[in-house]
Amino acid sequence: MIPAPFDYVAAQSPEHALELLAEHGDDAKLLAGGHSLLPMMKLRLATPAVLIDIGRLSELAGITADDGELVIGATTRHADLAAAELARSQAPLLAHAAALVGDPQIRHRGTIGGSLSHADPAADLPMALLALGGRVELTGPDGVRTVSADDFFVGFFETVLRPQEMLTAVRVARKPGVPWGYQKFVRRANDWAIVGVAAVDGRVALANMGSRPLRATAAEQAMADGASAAEAAELAAEGTSPGEDIHADREYRAHLARVLTRRALEHQR
Amino acid sequence: MSILGTRVLRTEDPRFLTTGGVYTEDVVDDRLAGACHVFFVRSPLAHARINGIDVSATLSAPGVIAAYSGADLADLPAIPPMMSGLINAEMTRRLLAIDKVRYVGEPVAVVVTEHPYQGEDAIELVAIDYDPMPPVLGFELPADAPLLFEAAGTNVAGELGNESSLQPDLFDGCEVVVSRTIVNQRVAPAPMETRAAAAAWSTDGRLTAWIPNQGAQGTRAELAELLGLDQSQVRVITPDVGGAFGAKFGADPEHAVVAWVARRLGRPARWTETRYENLISMTHGRGQQHTITIGGSRDGDVRAYRLQIIQDAGSYPRIGAILPYLTIMMTTGPYDIPRAEAIAKSVVTTTTPVGAYRGAGRPEATAAIERAMDLFAAEIGVDPAQVRRKNLLPAFAQPHRTAFGALYDTGDYVAGLDKALEAAGYAQLRKEQADRRASRDVRQLGIGLSSYVEITGMGDGPESPPTENASVEVHPDGTATILTGTSPHGQGHATAWAMLASDELGIPVEKITLKWGDTDLIPEGGGTGGSRSLQQGGAAVQQASRELLEVARERAAASLEANQADLVFDRTRSAFAVAGDPEASVPLSDLAAAERLVVRTVFSAPGATFPFGTHVAVVEVDTETGKPTLLRMITVDDAGVVLNPLLAEGQRHGGIAQGAAQAFVEEVVYDADGNPLTASFADYPFLSATEVPSFELAEMQTPTTYNPLGVKGIGEAGTIGATPAVQNAVIDAVAHLGVRHIDMPATSRRVWQALREAAALSGSEDT
Repeated sequence: MIPAPFDYVAAQSPEHALELLAEHGDDAKLLAGGHSLLPMMKLRLATPAVLIDIGRLSELAGITADDGELVIGATTRHADLAAAELARSQAPLLAHAAALVGDPQIRHRGTIGGSLSHADPAADLPMALLALGGRVELTGPDGVRTVSADDFFVGFFETVLRPQEMLTAVRVARKPGVPWGYQKFVRRANDWAIVGVAAVDGRVALANMGSRPLRATAAEQAMADGASAAEAAELAAEGTSPGEDIHADREYRAHLARVLTRRALEHQR
Repeated sequence: MSILGTRVLRTEDPRFLTTGGVYTEDVVDDRLAGACHVFFVRSPLAHARINGIDVSATLSAPGVIAAYSGADLADLPAIPPMMSGLINAEMTRRLLAIDKVRYVGEPVAVVVTEHPYQGEDAIELVAIDYDPMPPVLGFELPADAPLLFEAAGTNVAGELGNESSLQPDLFDGCEVVVSRTIVNQRVAPAPMETRAAAAAWSTDGRLTAWIPNQGAQGTRAELAELLGLDQSQVRVITPDVGGAFGAKFGADPEHAVVAWVARRLGRPARWTETRYENLISMTHGRGQQHTITIGGSRDGDVRAYRLQIIQDAGSYPRIGAILPYLTIMMTTGPYDIPRAEAIAKSVVTTTTPVGAYRGAGRPEATAAIERAMDLFAAEIGVDPAQVRRKNLLPAFAQPHRTAFGALYDTGDYVAGLDKALEAAGYAQLRKEQADRRASRDVRQLGIGLSSYVEITGMGDGPESPPTENASVEVHPDGTATILTGTSPHGQGHATAWAMLASDELGIPVEKITLKWGDTDLIPEGGGTGGSRSLQQGGAAVQQASRELLEVARERAAASLEANQADLVFDRTRSAFAVAGDPEASVPLSDLAAAERLVVRTVFSAPGATFPFGTHVAVVEVDTETGKPTLLRMITVDDAGVVLNPLLAEGQRHGGIAQGAAQAFVEEVVYDADGNPLTASFADYPFLSATEVPSFELAEMQTPTTYNPLGVKGIGEAGTIGATPAVQNAVIDAVAHLGVRHIDMPATSRRVWQALREAAALSGSEDT
């Protein structure tokens, strides 16, 4: 429960953080809220040689709106995202998801950039971003590239982020008044989802139904073809490959995905 | 007016809520200056021979002072199993494993470092050559299972009766007989404060050990035994203790190793385990399999009951191995069953040793009989409340001796049941349930009952009456100090004991200080566990206060030149005065100034007391996902007279939440290789305030005559009553769909599976 030895550097600016990343590469990890990284380090599942702290870079935090998109800075805390009027009105699903991450302590430390980069397939924000068809801005030595959520998550705790890149902002389309549904199946309020479903505007995303957040493409297609919510939901687990753990086996997860998808589609806000 | 029975706020809380407690890891003491830090190397395998241990690489790691393995401690005696009369005496243990490891987490070596952060790096350099052996897991071990202890010749640690002692005609004449094998699963005590120790030896060869525990005197006795010392050579000091739940009684091998390291190195040593270590190496609780058979008439008269227990004792037989003794004693619970029998067997498995856990043996008995009652009620189609009422022992005026040797002191079980049903609005709940069933609501309602009676304040055995000591001293400044042999760790003794002394001595609660947990200051004491403290430790405080007043009366008479018989004690002034002449008076503080005013006494009770009650759980089950949610919890917990309702309710609330958690989520899980899968709080769940409703506590007080306070124990009522009530409620919610039983924890997945199996059996469509 004590991390392996590591060095710590507080980045003075986003540019400084990028310089440090360029210098240390694979040996370094960015530290923001630390609520996923530090537990993994304490369990020695992660042993970075250098931590580059970007948690204090205020220029990376905050929520703004530009033409048609909401732009959320990478170090915006979950609690701030959940409470922000701009987010609640323009991307209510995302604000709702942020309000369900962990517990209040975690929400006041954890950041959206950290959660997305960590890419836990059971987490709320990756699934929410995927449902919203959002994009992430990745800043590296060669400038900024924008990657869609569909392309960003590639595997178990794995994204297309390169060692010298940093997730700097998140973009989601402004969708005021568009109905959405969110179902998170947990043992206890602060647990990770055993299965999660986020549905908005014809898109359905699933948490913990594979090694990364997944789209329920068969269900989406059925809806596009005019199927009812109940009919579409029956296809929610198609093409998924959920894991097995002490909470659920594959069969139960597939069942939950179907039930929760139907509920997410039928009980929209 | 007496302060007793009132809601005096906890005097402990201002400190805990402001500066915080001082736990073993926090202790700052000159004797611990320059302490080194001990880190344990633990077995990663469930069962293996140790071919060799090489600590040489770690010795050159930064900060490493020394490293030791079992061979270094080989001069210390092997640890015999607890109650070696009942348990196979060959099942011994070493402080650090020598030839074999028998569970994941067993200490194999230690590394000693200058700073605590260096230990975790250094233990990675200890090389241990293991020869893996097959794990031994489960309750019904195959005949060819490898032996944990070759010298024992068996994996059976002990037996109380056996199959051949069962009566073949027990169920003769029963119109209905139901039988089922169920599991009371293994759980982790998981106190907020993990285990810890700090040890220092003085130049005269005496050990001072700071250890979080439930009774410093018992911890001293075990620590001395583990180290081969006389008890007089050991002083145990108890800092604040952050939860124990039965798992901090006595001393563990790790505590002794820390003391051994301190002696070997000639400098103080400290240790605090991590949460991971705590979950895999602090004793676990429960872990029984029950085969229950119940028979009776179609109209609900229970005539016969049989309980067959297999206890998973874990790798080394400790208290857990003998818990079936208590389970058997409570076999029939609060019921009057003409024919009943119980047998038990404890087996060793390659898992963490099992010890006491809140209720320790009695919750298992209650869970078994309460499940049996519901299975029987379901089979005959009679309301479970009616079946219970029909079979509960009628109220008794004289102590009632059961067929299993328990002597129930006082009780009115039917009244407890009826009070709980009334508080719950039982008839209305059944109507709402019927409505939901009729409308095929996705969310079905379940109502679960559990009527219980339990043992509290047991002595060492049937023939030894339970005792506890206390001393009370009044000081010249008008304050008082109490020394107690109990050992509070959240229960609120400082408040309650002060109330008892205040009520006698007329000294305000805030001027009374309670001390405990230092064996040099208080050499004797039974500690806190088994819900014994108030009925014996509290009674001792009251007795000591009264005896102190008699001493004071004698001295006051001399001081006032009056007859003792003419003196009255004026509580408002904490003074003796001559009757009819209030001016002629002397306060206790003046008497204390003239001569030390202190009395030590021992209170002795005639026997254990038997609190009882009924819990009603109301649960909603989402029949599509299987998810159960606790809607209401209504309980009657009659533990006799209540000294401070605030403290008693606190014990009930915490116990109910912990008990409900066993029914809903808690379980220690091992994989097929014997690896623990629940070694962090991400995987080992407990319920928080978010998952439980506000509990509805109904009041009922049937005094005992076994102590002048009329009190029984309340500490374990919650985990005894709530667990089966919640389990029964979950099953009740889906009973109409064909489900008869779901093992604990009744997780969403298990409920869903039960629904699917029931649907498949009834041939209806898949849920």
